[in-house]
This record gives sequence, C-alpha cells and structure tokens, in this order.
Amino acid sequence: MSRPVEQAKNAETFLADTVHEERLDKLLWAARMRRDAAARQVPEWEELRTLASEIKEHTLSNLSDYLTQFEARATANGVTVHWARDAHEHNQIVHDILAEQEINLLIKSKSMLTEECDLRPFLERRGIRVTETDLGERIQQLDNQPPAHITGPAIHKTNHDVAILFSQKYGSDPNNEDIAYLAGVMRENTRPDILAARAGMTGANFVVAETGAIVVATNEGNADLAANTPELHICSVGIEKIIPTMESLAVFIRLLARSATGDTITQYTSTFRGPRKGAAMHVILVDNGRSARLGMKRFWHSLKCIRCAACMNTCPVYRRSGGLSYGSTYTGPIGIITMPTFEIRKYSVLPFSSTLNGSCTNVCPVKIDIHEQIYGWREVMEENGQIQVVKKEAMRVADKVLSHPALYQVATATLSTALEVLPHFAVYNRLNVWGKHRDLPQAGTETFHEWYRTHRPKTNEEVGQA
Amino acid sequence: MQAALMVPCYIDMFYPRVGIATLELLERLGVDVVYPKEQTCCGQPMANSGCYEEARATEEHCARVFGSFDCVVTPSGSCTHHIRNKFTAGTDSREKQNLVRNTYDLVEFLHDVLKIREFPWATFEHKVALHTSCSAIRGLNMASMSERVHDPVFSKPRTLLSGVPGIEFVEFERVDECCGFGGTFAVTEEAVSAKMGYDKLAFMQKGASPDCIVSSDMSCLVHLQGCARRQKQDIPFYHLAEVLNGVSL
Repeated sequence: MSRPVEQAKNAETFLADTVHEERLDKLLWAARMRRDAAARQVPEWEELRTLASEIKEHTLSNLSDYLTQFEARATANGVTVHWARDAHEHNQIVHDILAEQEINLLIKSKSMLTEECDLRPFLERRGIRVTETDLGERIQQLDNQPPAHITGPAIHKTNHDVAILFSQKYGSDPNNEDIAYLAGVMRENTRPDILAARAGMTGANFVVAETGAIVVATNEGNADLAANTPELHICSVGIEKIIPTMESLAVFIRLLARSATGDTITQYTSTFRGPRKGAAMHVILVDNGRSARLGMKRFWHSLKCIRCAACMNTCPVYRRSGGLSYGSTYTGPIGIITMPTFEIRKYSVLPFSSTLNGSCTNVCPVKIDIHEQIYGWREVMEENGQIQVVKKEAMRVADKVLSHPALYQVATATLSTALEVLPHFAVYNRLNVWGKHRDLPQAGTETFHEWYRTHRPKTNEEVGQA
Repeated sequence: MQAALMVPCYIDMFYPRVGIATLELLERLGVDVVYPKEQTCCGQPMANSGCYEEARATEEHCARVFGSFDCVVTPSGSCTHHIRNKFTAGTDSREKQNLVRNTYDLVEFLHDVLKIREFPWATFEHKVALHTSCSAIRGLNMASMSERVHDPVFSKPRTLLSGVPGIEFVEFERVDECCGFGGTFAVTEEAVSAKMGYDKLAFMQKGASPDCIVSSDMSCLVHLQGCARRQKQDIPFYHLAEVLNGVSL
C-alpha cells in the first residue's frame, strides 16, 4: 500500500516558483477562453453536450454488445483483436507481439492508457527501446516525468526548460529557446527512430463498433507516422472508448477539439479500419478497472470522459498546482474522480484538492458531474477510513458542540474561546495554517446571538426552544 | 410575512454586523423576523469534508430548530446550497424536508420572493467590486455561469445592488473564478487557496480602483479580507446585506 500522494504539499512547491505557476495559469486560462469562444460559435452547443452524454451512457449501458460487435467487424477487416483484463495483461500482450518478431524498437504516439499501464518501463526492462513521437510526451520521456496534462504533457515547462533539457540529451544549443528550433531538434532526433522502427503504437480517441475502426486525433500527425511507417501497428484502447456508429463520431469530433483548445478540429483526425497491404494491425481492448468502475453507482459516469482536458484548463486549483502535483496518471478534476478507483489509499487525499466550485462540470463536453463526484469521493474516503484521525476527531468535537446550543453558546461567547473553537469546527487545523498567507478575521466583542439578546429582548422568547 | 433568520455560525462569531444588517433589512421590509435562539450551524463544515457521520447530529439539530417554519432566510449562499442540495447526513424527517424546501439565501428571498428592486434608503456612492460565490452561482443559479456561453447573462446580487442609489460596479476579468476559500480547502490546501485569493484581489483591482469589495457570501470575504490585510491593503469588505441596509463607507 502506497502512502497518500501529498498534492497540497507538491502544489506548494510548484507555487514557490512563480515563473512556472504564472505561465501555466495564463496558458490554460487562455485555452479555457478559446474553448468559450469556440462554444459560442456553435448555437446548439448545450444540445451537443447532452447528445454526447446520452450516446456515452447508452454505449456504456450496452458495453458488451458494442465491444463484441467491434471485435467481429475489426476481425473481419483483418485486425487481430486482443482483450486485456489489466495493465499487466496488456503489457504482456504488447511484449509478446513484439518479441515474436524480435522487435527491439517501438515508436509510439501519446496514449494515456499506456501511461496508466506503465508500458514503457515494462518493455524497457525487457530490452525494447521505446521512443515517444508526440513532442510534449517525448519531452516528458526525456525528463523522466509522467505527462502533467492529458493533451499537453509538458505544458508546465517553459521554452527555457526544454532548451536546457534538449541540450543535455541531444547536445543542442541551450541558449536557443526558439520554438521552431526546438521542434527541429526533436524532429531530427526522432525521425531516425520512426524510419528504423518495425512497430508503431497508438492509442485511440474513439473505437467505432459499426465499422470496426479506431479513430485517433492529433495535432502533430505523429500518430499517423507511428501507425503508417512501420509494418506493424498496435493500438491500445480502454473499453470505455467505444461508440456505436460513424454518425455518432461526428458529435464527439465537434466537441473534442473545441473543448480542448478551442480549435474546430484537430489537425489530424485519422480513422484506421484495417492493416495496410502486407502490414499487420492489432487492437488491444483494455479493462484495467473499468468494468469495476462501471458497477459503481455514483461514479460510473466518469467513464464517459473523452480526455479533452477542459476540466483541467478551467480548474483554478490545477492551474496553480501543476499536473505533477497530483502524483497520478490522470490529473486535475478528472484525475481526482478516477485515480481512487485504481488505488484508494494512494489517492485518498485527491478529492480534497478541490474547492468544489463546479466549473469543471460546466465545461465537460460529455456532462460528467465532476464536482459532485469529487464530493462523493470525500464520503467514500470517510467510509473507507481514509480520513486522518486528527481531522475525524476534530469533526466529532465540532458535531458535539454544534448540535448542543448550550455548548455552542458557551464556546462562542467571547472572542478568545471563539478562536479556540474555530479551528475545530471550521478549519480543524491549527490557526497558523490559515495565517501563513492571510490575516485572521477580527472578531467583534459580542456574537450576533448576544447582540440579539440585548437589542431584541422582548421578541420571540419562546420560539425555537427545541 | 414571517421568516426565520438563520445566522451562519461564522457570521454569529466573527461578523455579527452582517447578522444585524440582515435582521434590520428584513424588518425594514416589513418581514416578521423570528430568530430561533437554539440555532448553531447547518453542518456544512463537516459534511463538506466527507465527515457526514460527524455532520449528522448538527444537521438533525438544525432541522429541529428550523423545520417548522414556512420560510427560513440566511445571508449565505453556501449554507443555503448545503441545506438545499447536500443535506443528507441526518435521518429523514418532516422537519428536514420542510427546511430543505423552505430555505432561501437572502438574495433569493429579496429577489425572487419579495421581488424588491429599490433600496432608496441605502445611498452608496462608491465603486464596488462584486464577488459572487461558487455555491451561489453554480449551486443556486443566482447568477449566470461563464462556462454556459449561450445562457442569458444575469446576476441576482447585482440586480439587487443596482437598486441602491449611487452605486457603481467595477468590471474585472475571471469574474466567476473561485476565490479559493472552499471551506476546509482553505487550510488543507493553504498555499493554493491563498494564491487564488491574491489573484482574485489583483483581478478586481487591475485597471480599476474599487472603493470596496462586496459579496453575498461572507465566507469568501473572510478569506479575501485575510489575503488583502496580509498584503497591507485596507480596502473595506461588506456583505451585500450591509450595503442594501444602508451602511456608510
């Protein structure tokens, strides 16, 4: 059992460096603004969200039918379909496919699922080198960090950070922070691998049951390189990514890029239906906890997620914490409500890394009730004994005081005792935590209750004497 | 009409002037205000922390104290949101159902029930930066949400304040971004919370100089005022009830 990730502490470290925090906040808020502008251009935006949500709910409610339909169609198209119960099975399948052909270099496009499964270290331990082809993901790979954001894995890094990193890894000019130069460095160093690799791997944004196709949306075109350059294409996809038809795909395509970046569509939206002539294509359908989550009455809606990251972009906590602070594959609001299903103890504190402001729920293109689920997960942490003893005890004292008016009135009668009670019922922690960056409220000399007794002596004497 | 006044625990202790302003305002409008003296708290601080077992007795007490009134008014969007939408810790009872159905935030009560639009006694010739809490916006629909780009733009707190002669509003960026209070979040995630507060204050004062900051939620203001004072800013903070009741700067 892992110790809980201390998101708040990690966030404090991130905040201490104002350059990165301010830049991240600005970049992501700009993405949120572009999302708003894009949504404004689509009069039926809210109807689209509702439709997308309903399609996902329908598909998830008939998941086995659609998955077997996909398997039949894809197989007929010449694709080899695999089923993986969990991360280990998934990784083993990938390894077996590669080992059978003695392949020791794999090029990859970005896939959150392979991050979730820790595929890269699994393969590397078995002598297979893996090269990420998405620029941000490659930066993170070189820096030995997980992606900090679903759609912008290295969004927390500055040009300067990347220039330094590339100079260390590739010997490029550490003082040249020009974006085109840095992209060129990456390109020069990755292209040889793309040409040499005998296998390429992608994830998938959508899987279409009707046609047996997988759909990959990228802006860099790197998924197309990974899928089309080598003669072997392996696609890993979570079982929740399935949608019924090509017609329903249109609904999601209209929502995806607009929600993510404010663009009408990604630069590349590629549909792969079967292997090219002389090539092979494998699709691995991965469960890894998804069917268990589907059985969770309060939380199954989180499976509707299409990974646009709009919830992260709008989240005021994420923008000031950085994605790495969550210590998890999925970060920000969607991470808070999904990570505890993987490992409850490790991610037990994440549901508290939120103000429950609800902005995430409003931007979600598939209408996941994210902030309600965050609230729900707090209760689950209580049920599972994951709330710190000291906090529980403070809350117990608070409940006792607050359910007994006599105790409450004594406790609040003077400023000094009020200040002693406040940490118990309102903040449960020592006041100096509040006071680190803020002044304490200045309490008056009397409570409202006392004022009322003096100023309305004859009124309502008998009312409310429960 | 009769209304029971619910004064949130933190207002009772730290901002009695807000309770007084709410009471006087309601009395001025001819409401027969009852103040049940056994009242304490709605249970939100515990429930919001996941500790619903520890919220049970407090919620049940709240339901007993207020459950027999046809109308309960409180100057707090977050308490109203808790009672209306999250009041699940205590056992079900007729009192509880009454309370859930009959609780109004002060803004809703003035705007939707009494339908008051003019506050002629409350001249306030000042520039106001108005902050509306997330509970009020996204929990109670008291103002339009920036994410819902096709919805008509409205703000009940602003409509009410607009009825105060002389008042002016300062427009600022990210108007409905959370201020960072978030209940226990303010201490569990202290650093991020404070940064959000500092940012909110900066946006309010960027390119404009409001004379004061006003909100219908005092809990956000406890936090924002704490941030402002630490930055040596002496800008005043008022609850909306104080302005509507005729406070002078």
